[in-house]
Amino acid sequence: MLKVNNIDVFYGNIHALKDISLEVNEGEIVTLIGANGAGKSTLLKTLSGLLKPKNGNILYLTQQIAGKPAQTIVKSGISHVPEGRRVFSNMSVEENLELGAYLRNDRDGIKKDIDYVYELFPILDERRKQLSGTLSGGEQQMLAMGRALMAKPKLLLMDEPSMGLAPLVVKKIFEIIKTVNSQGTTVLLVEQNANMALSIADRAYVLETGKIVLSGTAKELQESEQVKAAYLGGL
Amino acid sequence: MKKSKAFWGFLVLALVIYAVVQGMISGGILDLYYQNILIQMCINIMLAVSLHIVIGVTGQFSIGHAGFMAVGAYISAIATMKLGLSLPVAIIMGAVISALAGLLVGIPSLRLKGDYLAIATLGFAEIIRIIFLNVDYVGGAAGMVVTNMTTWTYAFVGVVITILVIANFTNSRHGRGCISIREDEIASDAMGINTTYYKVVAFTIGSFFAGVAGAIYAHNFFIIQPTTFNFLKSFDILIYVVLGGLGSLSGATIAAIFLTIVSAYLANFPETRMIIYSLVLIIVMLYRPTGLMGTKEITSLFKFGKKGGSKV
Repeated sequence: MLKVNNIDVFYGNIHALKDISLEVNEGEIVTLIGANGAGKSTLLKTLSGLLKPKNGNILYLTQQIAGKPAQTIVKSGISHVPEGRRVFSNMSVEENLELGAYLRNDRDGIKKDIDYVYELFPILDERRKQLSGTLSGGEQQMLAMGRALMAKPKLLLMDEPSMGLAPLVVKKIFEIIKTVNSQGTTVLLVEQNANMALSIADRAYVLETGKIVLSGTAKELQESEQVKAAYLGGL
Repeated sequence: MKKSKAFWGFLVLALVIYAVVQGMISGGILDLYYQNILIQMCINIMLAVSLHIVIGVTGQFSIGHAGFMAVGAYISAIATMKLGLSLPVAIIMGAVISALAGLLVGIPSLRLKGDYLAIATLGFAEIIRIIFLNVDYVGGAAGMVVTNMTTWTYAFVGVVITILVIANFTNSRHGRGCISIREDEIASDAMGINTTYYKVVAFTIGSFFAGVAGAIYAHNFFIIQPTTFNFLKSFDILIYVVLGGLGSLSGATIAAIFLTIVSAYLANFPETRMIIYSLVLIIVMLYRPTGLMGTKEITSLFKFGKKGGSKV
């Protein structure tokens, strides 16, 4: 579904991603794990068009999307849940969701999807008129996910959904990721919480200082000594 | 449904205000001095509301608004004085050219953020002022003589149109896009909103109405001089928006009315006027850091009683 071939991304002079290639197949949950500064978020931003790769190409379905503007990419079915949630805090929960459907024109479909999101996250239904800035961290993360789902993505990019959340909330969010995935949305998940991410993923890539150092099925990586030592606090 | 109710409500209110004031003018209750203050008030409201769409709605910190006002003023003055066109045509010309100037400045500079954008717009306003200062065709530093043609009617119609257009824009799909840029630019980018496009659109609409205000201003004071449109004027406009509450159209309007009255009252001491302005700003920032109205509109205050404030 998504095929990234040898991309390089720079921040000014800093070479943030070096010759990255990866693949995401339809229906999978693929996770990218790695330490701070490895380039995980940079990779997601490049995929969703917020950053442009210097060279290499990104093939999505049948299209080239490297360097295309973000709105074209969102329209073609890739939706990004940004790191740190970034909800529109002076808008109500419902308005946030409506903005997620910004590029869509089918009123009835949007209404149905708002109900679908409320079904996934009943707490958001209770808070639908509340300003989203007043929600708790977990609720904001749910809202950010719901907002991304409103674009009806075929591929959902998630950047550290567990950041700063209580373990119980993290568990809940990961369950919902699985639910969303089982309903047909492919997920590319960036995580620091490698244990949690590997437990729900089909395949995984390990990123270290801008390079992919390891890849395989989630199970293989969970058992790999190298990953255990570096990320799982191996016992 | 609700939106159109607010729309008609506003139109009726505007008609009533217009009828009352016009009646008082015809009846001789309001003399020229007060008429002049009213026109000044209208001009300031237009300026405040047109900057509100850039700073309050879209969140782009522009402090060069007087530059666009200058474009509107000079272009319309050229239209009436040199080309002999009528005032409505001149106002439209001034506004359109000013919008074009906004577009021209907006496309490169709106890629900047925060302080950098502020500096760029400030610099642009000064460039415009200095151009007019050095062009003899429009009188240079001595200024340009313009016949007094503005009436209360022109000014008021200008305000009504400005408020209607900007309020409707804000409540539209495009306006929501702009607000999402103010709230979080990265997130709105990720939602597929073309942020650069909306920033430029908001900026252009803002400059258009600043041009209208400039045109009406030019035909009210017999003379226009480049020094009128210096950066202090830009700050005056900025103060209306900040004092009223960033993001509140009614706040900007109320602040413009309030400060016009204050400065008319202080007209005999122009030096202390700026001191009082700064004092007012400091006091507001201390006690109401989000401005008089915050991001709320005056219409939501009425709903507050009925619906227990659950709807914002």
